Amino acid sequence: MEQRLVELKEITKSFGNVNALSHVTMHVNKAEIVGLIGDNGAGKSTLIKILSGVHSPDSGELWIRGKCVEGRWTVAKAHTAGIETVHQDRALAVQHTVARNIFMGREITGLFGLIRVKKQYEEAERLMREIGFTSKVFNPDSVVATLSGGERQGVAIARALYFEAELLILDEPTTALSLTETQKVYNFMLAAKEKGSSVLFISHNIFHAYDIADRFVILDRGG
Amino acid sequence: MSTTSTSLPAATPSRTQPKPFRQWVNNNRRALSALMIFVVMLTIFMILSPRVFTNPITYRSIFISLPISLFVVVPLVFIIASGEIDLSFPATAGITSWVFAAAVRDGWDPFTAVIPALLLGILVGVSVGTLVTYVGLSSLVATLGMNFLLRGIINMGTEGIAIQFPQMRELLFWQIFAGRIDNFPWIRGFPIHMLWGLLFVGLGWILFNRHKFGTHVQIVGDNPASAAEMGINVNRVKIRAYIFMGIGATLAGVLSVLVNQNWWPTTGDGLLLPALAAVFVGGTPTWGGIGTVVGSSIGVGIIASIETGIIAAGLTGYVTQFFNGLVIILSLIGQRFNGPRHR
Repeated sequence: MEQRLVELKEITKSFGNVNALSHVTMHVNKAEIVGLIGDNGAGKSTLIKILSGVHSPDSGELWIRGKCVEGRWTVAKAHTAGIETVHQDRALAVQHTVARNIFMGREITGLFGLIRVKKQYEEAERLMREIGFTSKVFNPDSVVATLSGGERQGVAIARALYFEAELLILDEPTTALSLTETQKVYNFMLAAKEKGSSVLFISHNIFHAYDIADRFVILDRGG
Repeated sequence: MSTTSTSLPAATPSRTQPKPFRQWVNNNRRALSALMIFVVMLTIFMILSPRVFTNPITYRSIFISLPISLFVVVPLVFIIASGEIDLSFPATAGITSWVFAAAVRDGWDPFTAVIPALLLGILVGVSVGTLVTYVGLSSLVATLGMNFLLRGIINMGTEGIAIQFPQMRELLFWQIFAGRIDNFPWIRGFPIHMLWGLLFVGLGWILFNRHKFGTHVQIVGDNPASAAEMGINVNRVKIRAYIFMGIGATLAGVLSVLVNQNWWPTTGDGLLLPALAAVFVGGTPTWGGIGTVVGSSIGVGIIASIETGIIAAGLTGYVTQFFNGLVIILSLIGQRFNGPRHR
């Protein structure tokens, strides 16, 4: 049997009267690219928010590397487990700098919790250069609100790459991107797989994602 | 992703490094505007009444009461940057300084009497923060209610009776925290608590701009959903901001007792509107996510100078409020040019 990196068993989640997910079971193996497909409102984003620790499921089990998760699964725990997520809304604070956004919630701190601003700047700069995310018009000190939609998406992806995920989750990574930019995101996904990481990505367009995914999981009205 | 870099991956483009000075001005626009407003205002006052505004005694008298506001304005910047508001700090200052004053009256050492006052300030912060986050009340309404509630407790407990400290000046505590500098001739009579106030502003700046806490406060105020998605506990950050507010209000209340050598059941009441005005005049925007500790502290100076300036210029006290309003509105129009509102 292939080794399973993460596994969701019988996950159910509702918001008030809305049943977002009912008894969903799925898994992601090591070093594979899985496409999560479903119509609008099928519960795709809810599912990945459970996996990334933003929401807690009402019932069901979450297994990471063959171990069942005990207690509350949080974003911090997901980060420690090597799960990085690029959310659909990019999860950015637009009035703040690129560097601050990359380290959001995981600042590099020294004595007394003081942030090592220079170190963060340098790391952000190195990262942006490494992944070819450079421009004449912005640097790690640029305010995100001054960047274009594609560039903002770039910041969100750069952040996920910085922390070297074992499972990279991308929620609608290519919406609002140009063709070359889309190709670039696909190249990142393939490179991640090459390195032995897994990718779970959401798309509501199966043709779009056909070339790249090893496998698809289809979600239909929460089931 | 920028398309330029996609097509030219080998030739790393020469990345523009903005000139350090320009970058610095850009990063500190709001605080610098506050400074500019302050300087322009003082210049006008100096022209109108040169005798008063070139005399150090004028500034000394402004500096006696100004630090009290600094202790509430700095944490208020955190609250507003976190996307909330606090209207309860006047009563928090009142009730905590009551605890301090009553304890000192009953023979406590003032150094010890500060401890229960601070604990109460922290407790108020936790309570307000919990109402705003976990209970989910609007901070505007919750803190308005809390202000009435706490002031009500003071009124019921004291029935309007003040506590006087005619011997206050003899206490070591007073000399350390509210005394005058006597040893240096050219700043003789300078109030020591102004230095404590500036130290508090400095610590507030570090906390806001260089510490995890201040950064999280700003991110939470900018976009709580993003903050939560990146693992920041939004509720906890907001509660901590209210705790900081409680501590600041306590220090302001205690300082006000020291400065006035008296505790009144109304202690803290007069802080509300000037402090809020100072925060916004100083360049902290109303919509949350960003703010400036230094700018808003300069805002305190602006608000504190208006009244002195008007009286010194020979106008009657009746026009003070009019000029307060004028300065607030003109400064906000000025701050409007400090870049677009991004949310």
